[in-house]
This record gives sequence, C-alpha cells and structure tokens, in this order.
Amino acid sequence: MTATLERAAASRAARGRPRRTRHRLAVLGFLAPAGLGFVLFFGYPLVATVVFSFTRYDLINPPEWTGLANYAYMFGDELFWTSVRNTLWFVVVLTAGRVVFALGVASVVARLRSGVGLVRTLCYLPSLTPPVAATLVFFLLFRPNEGPVDSLLGWFGVEGPLWFSDPAWAKPGIAAVVLWVSGDLMIIILAAILDVPRDQQEAAALDGAGPVRRWWHVTLPAISPVLLFGVVNSAILALQLFTQAVVAGSAASGSANVTGSTGDLGFPGNSTLTYPVWLFTQGFRYFDMGYAAAMATVLFVVSFSITAVLVQRMRRASHQEEGA
Amino acid sequence: MTAVLDRAATPRRPVRRRAALEWVAVHSLGLALGLMFALPVVFVLLTAVMSDEQAFSEDLWPREWHWGNFAEVFETAPLLTYLGNSLLYSLLATAGMLLSSIPAAYALAKLRWRGREAVFLLVVAAMMLPPQVTAVPLYDAWSSLGLTGSLWPLVAPYFLFDAFSIFLLRQFMLTIPQSYVDAARVDGCSEVQTLLRVVAPMARPGIAATALFCFLYTWNDYFGPLLYTSEVPEEWTLSLALSSFKGMHQVEWNLSMAVTLLIMLPAIVLFAFAQRSFVRGITFTGVKG
Repeated sequence: MTATLERAAASRAARGRPRRTRHRLAVLGFLAPAGLGFVLFFGYPLVATVVFSFTRYDLINPPEWTGLANYAYMFGDELFWTSVRNTLWFVVVLTAGRVVFALGVASVVARLRSGVGLVRTLCYLPSLTPPVAATLVFFLLFRPNEGPVDSLLGWFGVEGPLWFSDPAWAKPGIAAVVLWVSGDLMIIILAAILDVPRDQQEAAALDGAGPVRRWWHVTLPAISPVLLFGVVNSAILALQLFTQAVVAGSAASGSANVTGSTGDLGFPGNSTLTYPVWLFTQGFRYFDMGYAAAMATVLFVVSFSITAVLVQRMRRASHQEEGA
Repeated sequence: MTAVLDRAATPRRPVRRRAALEWVAVHSLGLALGLMFALPVVFVLLTAVMSDEQAFSEDLWPREWHWGNFAEVFETAPLLTYLGNSLLYSLLATAGMLLSSIPAAYALAKLRWRGREAVFLLVVAAMMLPPQVTAVPLYDAWSSLGLTGSLWPLVAPYFLFDAFSIFLLRQFMLTIPQSYVDAARVDGCSEVQTLLRVVAPMARPGIAATALFCFLYTWNDYFGPLLYTSEVPEEWTLSLALSSFKGMHQVEWNLSMAVTLLIMLPAIVLFAFAQRSFVRGITFTGVKG
C-alpha cells in the first residue's frame, strides 16, 4: 500500500514540478485574492487610520501633522464623552440582554414537543429584517398616544412615556429593536442545547435532578463556548450600533433627512448619539477626518481587545483538539 | 386486573399531572414568544393597507383594505431605481464573494500548510472589526479614485475578501471528511479539480447558506450606502431610501410601512424557500471551540 502510494507520488513528481512546490503554489493561488483583499481593505486602512489620527485632514487639503492634538481634543469634547457613555450603555445592556434573552427563548423552544419548527421560524424571521425597517416599525409601535403599545398600556390605566422622543426611553427603545432581531443568536444557542448528549441529561435525572437543576448543572456548562461567542458577538454588535440610533433619532425628531442634515443626530437630547454616530458625523459631515480617525483608533483598540478574548479561547480549543 | 392497574397508576398520577402542567406551561410560553416576534410584522402589514388618515389613528384593523398603497409607493418615489441599486449591490457582492471566498476557505479548511491557524485567526479578527474603524482611509482612497457616489466602493471588496463568508465556508468545509479529499488526490486530481469536483459539490448547502447571508447582509446594509452614496440619490439603495422616505412623507405611515414590507419581502421569500440552509448556516456561525 505504502509502496503504491510512494510510486504514485514519485511518478507525479517525475511528471512535473516537485509535489511540494506544486502544493505551495496551490495554497498561494487559492489565497492570493483574499490576501490582496485583506491588505487593501484591512491592513492598509488600519495603519492609515492610525496615521491620519495624528493629522488634521479635510479630504481637500493635504493632511497636516498635528501630533496628539486630536487625542487631546477628545478629553475636552463633551459630545465625545456623551457618545462613550451611550455606547457603553448599549454594550452592557445589549450583551447581557441578547445572551440572556436568546438563552431563555432557546431553552423554552428546546422543551417544546410540538410546534418547534413554527416557533423557531417566528423567532428567527425578524432577524432578517433590515435594521432601518425594524427601527421604523418599533418607532410606530411605540408612537406616543396613538401607538398600539400605548393603547395596550391604556387598558391598564398606565400612561406611556414619549418613548423615542424621551431621552430616558430612546435607548431602551433601540435596545428593544435589537432584542427583537436576536433570533440568529437564539438559533445558535438552540442548536447547542439540542447537541448536549442525552445520556448526560438522563444520568442527572436518575440522580434525582429536576429540570431546573439539570439545566443549570448539565446544559449550561455544556453550551458555555457558544455563550462566550454570544457575549463577544453581542458586545461587538453593540459597539458598532449605528443604523438603529440614526434612524430612531431622525424619525423621532421629525425633521428627518438622515442623509443630509446633522441637526437631528442624537435626538432626543443626544441620548441616541452613539460612538459610531459621533465618529461618522465628525468624519463625514464635518469632514474632520483626523478626529474621526482618532476616534476610529480608539474603537479599534477596544473592539480588538474584546475579539482577543474569543480568539484566545479558539486557539486553546484548537490546541486541545490537536493534542487529543 | 383493574385493581393491579389502579395500584400501579396511583403513584404515577402526580408525576403525570406535573408533566401535563409543564407541557401546558412550556407550550403557552412558546406560543407567547412566537406571537411576540410575529405581531410587529402583522402590524406592519395591517398599517400598510390603511388609508392615509387611518394610519395615523389608534386603529389596528384597517376599515378598508387599500391594496393600492403598494402600487402608490412606486409613484411617490423612484423605488424601481432604488430596487435596481439594491439588487445590483447584493447580487454583484454575492457573486464576487463566491469567487473569492470559496478558494480561500478551501485553503483554510482542506490544505495543510504552516501558518494556517494564524491566518484563520486574522480572518476572525477582520470579521469582528466594526466597519467604522476602517471607514476614514477607505473613503479617502475611493474619493481620490473619484468613485465615491457610486456603488463601486461597496461591491469591489467582495471580489477579493469577505471575512464572514470565508469563516462560514471554512466551518462547513471542515465537516467534509478529509478522506474524500485524500482519495481525490490519490486519484490524481489537482487541487483545483479536488475543490471543483469533490469539495464544492459536497459543500453545496454551506455555499448556499453563505450566499444567502451575504445577499441579505448587503440588502440590509445601511452604513455602507449612507457613507458612499448619500449625496447621490440616483445611487440610493432601498434601505437608504426608506430612511429618508419617512422624511419626505412624514405623515404617510401607511406608505412607509408598505415600503418596509417590500424591503422585507426578499428575506421572507428566501427564508420560505431555504429555511434549512438558513438554520444550518446560522448554527455554524456559533464558533464551537
């Protein structure tokens, strides 16, 4: 057998270039477009962002070196800190909210005996909705006074707040939109729950563990890698929250020409001014590209540290697999 | 006989009642969750067919069904142009992604070479990078090429590199047993032949799912079109147009919701036809280890 293989390999080697070189060429050929794309669309812009962040640049005149001026300006920029606070709010609320919500829904769906497919479809469909559309739908659902949510609250004698026009409620409203479209994470967690070996569940049941304790001691530890993915994924998602904030803010302000004006960004009262919204406004509405690049550099450091947690875990897992 | 059965059944009764109660509880909870997810969509449909005045009222059920609203939106805004742009963006991006990502995923999943793990981690890192981080230099570069205000900056990257698609395709290809690949090589297939004749056909469900996600991601994209085309209305995609549609027609919520429904349509249709691919695909995105 080995002799045959060796002979086959030998004859192939004799036919043309040595096999090893051909293998290397194949790897190189398959990866060349992606490698070029990575350099053009990630490598170069990452380096350039850092360089731009030390300059003043308005896209028309050539960049002018200003050292750390952009970073120094950040400390005094009140709206910068407002946007940091808003985005941190979303990171905390959406990371916890998405994972807990998706885990809860998946745990219920996993226990259904009939209608699993239907419920799964219903939960997943909203996640395919364009964010612009989903935000507008929620804006309408939560319309003060005439909206269905306010009508519902009215039956209980509760008068709803101004929702998306109330600085205290705009962020929770946006969070509700994001939770509504969390079906993808739910499907991922559901698949992980259904993957938990049955015999582990049964062994725990024989030991007298009820459904709640089985869930806590068997299911939860078994799906912890997927939960970690959910945490990292949700945190990154919250860090880049842009569309929902822009659409909700402009819809609530009423003036609402998102594409042109900047007056209504962050409405009401800058409560929806997230970090990416402020970055976008500085860079592409005020054309202060240097300052936007400085903000982008900070965003890069933060998001990369979060990703590093996941990457570390994946590396350890792949090493364990190789060891086994 | 009956006595024996009775005695056997007695201790089990509370257990069975508990199980029945749990069944009812879990299923009503499941039903409630399903409704919670579905009702906003129903609300969109009902609002979309209301008259202008009624859409602004408290009513939930249309007094008259104005199906004509769906035709009217095409008259009040150049929706066909936006639709064309959205299709152009999504279809070209998906085609380009397939050309560039399938070979890259194959090299990451089925070829052995030094540095493979490191390159894969780079792909993961790129996948997780917020698009705002690279926006400034990319906009600068596209603008010096004179291509801002067109769809080029959105489509072109997909012909070279799309981190999420490479990641997802690699996860799929890893599930194809290595023995098939080795067998093809022993039979004298070149790497290109192995990919085209063995791995690609076996990865077809994965390729379908990746294409679906890519299509929908670009279809739903807002940041990209806003960044590059906001000044040029002829180049707007549907998502971008919808956000200003409600600006132009503030009070006509029925028309806004009709457009909303039209934008959601491809997702719903694709999902109806390819639910399996979607569900299988999405489970693969949850990095297992």
